Amino acid sequence: MDSTSRLSRRHLLKWTGAAGTLAVAGAMLPNFGISAALAAELGDGDIGVLNYAYALEQLEAAFYTTVLQNPFGEMQVNDQRILTQIRDHEIAHRDFLKGALGRRAIPALEVDFSAVDFGSRRSVLGTAEVFENLGVAAYNGAGQLISNPDYLVAAGSIVSIEARHAAAITDLLRPFSAEAAGRGVVDRKGLDKALLPSQVLPAAAPFITTPVTAATLP
Amino acid sequence: MTMKSILSTVDPEITERLVANRREFFRSSALKLGAMASAPLVLAMASQQAFGQELPQEIVDVLTFALTLEHIEDAFYRSGLEADGLIPDEYVGIFNQIGKHEAAHVAFLSTALGSAAIDRPALDLTAGGKYADALENFDTYLTLSQTFEDLGVAAYKGQAGNLISNDDILQAALQIHSVEARHAAIVRKIGGKKSWDGAFDEPMTKEEVLAAATPFLA
Repeated sequence: MDSTSRLSRRHLLKWTGAAGTLAVAGAMLPNFGISAALAAELGDGDIGVLNYAYALEQLEAAFYTTVLQNPFGEMQVNDQRILTQIRDHEIAHRDFLKGALGRRAIPALEVDFSAVDFGSRRSVLGTAEVFENLGVAAYNGAGQLISNPDYLVAAGSIVSIEARHAAAITDLLRPFSAEAAGRGVVDRKGLDKALLPSQVLPAAAPFITTPVTAATLP
Repeated sequence: MTMKSILSTVDPEITERLVANRREFFRSSALKLGAMASAPLVLAMASQQAFGQELPQEIVDVLTFALTLEHIEDAFYRSGLEADGLIPDEYVGIFNQIGKHEAAHVAFLSTALGSAAIDRPALDLTAGGKYADALENFDTYLTLSQTFEDLGVAAYKGQAGNLISNDDILQAALQIHSVEARHAAIVRKIGGKKSWDGAFDEPMTKEEVLAAATPFLA
């Protein structure tokens, strides 16, 4: 992805948001082919939780897509293979949730990875590790907010893949270390982290330009 | 380490949280069903060890099932770490970490079940001789480790819907579930395999899990 055009589009959206009319945005941005998301409210109940997951999967899918479009200098075959598989998983998660939500899905979110140095293996994998661990904690904390058992199993089918990603990324950074088995994240009771949307969204916010609100989620 | 010494390492905060939750359950049950506060129940509540029988039977069944699997894993890693020369030096740190987590899971679930907690069942890690060199051949050991970890992930996932009535226990189960997934990922990596089988991890029913686990019960 060309970061210049991405940044300028972001600023344009901010500017048009300040100008305050969707009509202006529509008139000025005829060629982007997406519904320009000026804000996204996740919604209530199970829909809110699924949109929350959809927002996080959008972030992850966009991140790995950018990583593979701008491979860091010392990207090994093994790095590329694992990052490609993870990207494909995140895209599958994103599309699965979008499909499940149908017309109640939030729009495509604008992302901002300007804090990431895509030329640096350490920066990229460090960011990936943060995103994966954040995703695990987010799903773990959101489980109790889900009412429909089918959605709970679906979320479960995703979260353990995120946990596998976290271990694989940590293993790329620190091969065959105890951290790859969870040390440093898992507590002494043997429990992984669990965070509420109100804790996760501020952590994700620096990477998401579109304001994401969760008026009724804890 | 004996069961008693494991239990003594459990953070009292967990017990408090579970007790508080049990009280809430008890209150709501009493409201629905009329006065239930018989003297024996009140006495049992005063004992921090003995509240398992006050959880709904469905939840006791799930936790007992989970505890059975954790006992198998705990014994498997203890035995492996004790077997001279089985685990190559470069992987000892990982298996030590995994073993600590499994011991913590046994302790956590035992505390949650209180007096209803089962002791470690008699085990046969060779599954009737099928894996006769389980504690002598690292390849066999690794195969079994992956089997137990992937089985644990599928088992917790399959039971999540049965815990939906109890937020605290559901969340704790999810927090264990993702730890098992981290383990599975790194153990697979050690074996030169992919850390996942695709973008979604499938659940297994209790019957499917027991069919796989029963050969390891003596």
